[in-house]
Amino acid sequence: MEAVFLSLVLMLSIFLGFELISKVPATLHTPLMSGANAISGITIVGALLSAGAENPLLATVLGAGAVMFASINVVGGYLVTNRMLSMFKKKDSPSAEDKK
Amino acid sequence: MSLESINLWYVLSAALFIFGLKQLGSPATAVRGNGLSALAMFIAVAASLFSAEIISFEWIVGAAALGAVIGAIAAQRVAMTTMPEMVALFNGSGGIASLLVGWAALYNLGNTTFTDITIMLSVIIGGVTFSGSILAWGKLSEVMNSGAWTFGAQRIVNAVIVLALLYSSVMFCMNPAVDSPYLYAVIGLSVVFGVMAVAPVGGADMPVVISLLNSYSGLAACAAGFAINNNILIVAGSMVGAAGIILTNIMCKAMNRSLAHVLFSGFGAAKQATKVEGEVKPINSEDAFLILEAAQSVAFVPGYGMAVAQAQHVVRELGELLEGNGAEVSYAIHPVAGRMPGHMNVLLAEANVPYDQLVEMEDINPRIENVDVAVVIGANDVVNPAARNDENSPIYGMPIINVDQARTVFVLKRSMASGFSGVDNPLFFGDNTRMLFGDAKQSIAAVVAEFKG
Repeated sequence: MEAVFLSLVLMLSIFLGFELISKVPATLHTPLMSGANAISGITIVGALLSAGAENPLLATVLGAGAVMFASINVVGGYLVTNRMLSMFKKKDSPSAEDKK
Repeated sequence: MSLESINLWYVLSAALFIFGLKQLGSPATAVRGNGLSALAMFIAVAASLFSAEIISFEWIVGAAALGAVIGAIAAQRVAMTTMPEMVALFNGSGGIASLLVGWAALYNLGNTTFTDITIMLSVIIGGVTFSGSILAWGKLSEVMNSGAWTFGAQRIVNAVIVLALLYSSVMFCMNPAVDSPYLYAVIGLSVVFGVMAVAPVGGADMPVVISLLNSYSGLAACAAGFAINNNILIVAGSMVGAAGIILTNIMCKAMNRSLAHVLFSGFGAAKQATKVEGEVKPINSEDAFLILEAAQSVAFVPGYGMAVAQAQHVVRELGELLEGNGAEVSYAIHPVAGRMPGHMNVLLAEANVPYDQLVEMEDINPRIENVDVAVVIGANDVVNPAARNDENSPIYGMPIINVDQARTVFVLKRSMASGFSGVDNPLFFGDNTRMLFGDAKQSIAAVVAEFKG
């Protein structure tokens, strides 16, 4: 039953994902991609459970490796997306802060 | 916290992810959207840390701190021109993380066969994402040959790998054990397959691969979610998977090629395009300046060459001077210009070009005849009229920006070499085309100097 329930969740979120993203303008494709990429780092949640639970050492080490890689993905992904997005400005917006 | 209440927090997190993605869809709200999505991630992580299953934190804290520092430094340091490489590397980390999560999940007690299957899936998709992304990084950064790597028996070799992968997974699921040799076979084969999948794709096809790998990294997280029975991984992972598929589809459409065609056949080779002959008309920066000064409307058409020459800042400077001179300035961007979706937009945004001046192909083409000067900067295939006129051309049918229909076209180019696809470009021989040879950055800087002088 668990499997059926999870599959239902999967199906609904795929449809939701398609609905949410199909109308994004081309200008935002890169930030969308890197933002989505940061979200894929959600696997960190699974990694935490493996690294912290009572497991044989090898499983803990595997989990810790997963935590590290997923943190790179999450932290780097969000920061870089934010950096890109803060560059998108409308014309005549007063906040023309040049940082070069 | 009980499993129940953790799942309740996951519901909140999922809702925030959804709002975040929704707001990423408009330039005005995108920063907030990204923030919401980061908040969602924080809630999911924090709630998980309260799980009763977690009994020790030393490993977690060390690994997370190390990863966060590496990620933060990389995100700070990366230049906007090398963003495709960065995204590829982040993708790769996500992929290997999912592989490791799947692998570690084998140590959980009481796994059903369904769980074992999903563990295999997360290992396979994670492994493919990992090695594929690393290879994509190598090609993009030109550490490796950035072209398509093809060899005779490629399809047969790939088929053998896929069969071996399937066989090993099935054997593993029939008799799952943490030290099963089939497990190592699956890990090894999926890493090899990732390399084989990206190898035949190169150069201008990279946007497709980058968005596809992005999709895989989401699907890998999703599979890992099944492996450990975790809702939030499934929700977030599948939304990323969907996003990647949509982008991949947009990229394929923009090249008028099917995904299968991009993935399984290197470019070129196919048909021989009609040979183009004619005379090119070079122009110097002084004459270019005189024509631009008289222009009422100017459209810049950037391509990967602009990124290579790092010319985005001088382009913006020239754009501003032209605007000051009373011309209407726009930047026409082809969906597959550059090496990842939206690459040019990010570079121009970095150079402080306001996003409302960036126009898409469908918007510029109907009014291209009223453009006095179209300035093509380091773009080639995306402005090649052969895609419209020459049925024998390998890129025939690909939608292009019709710069050849503008009153005058300037093409900034290093030399007369053809584009990535190796196709001759009749645009260069057009009556209304003037070639401005040299490094794009220097050429434009020279025109800017004429304006100021």
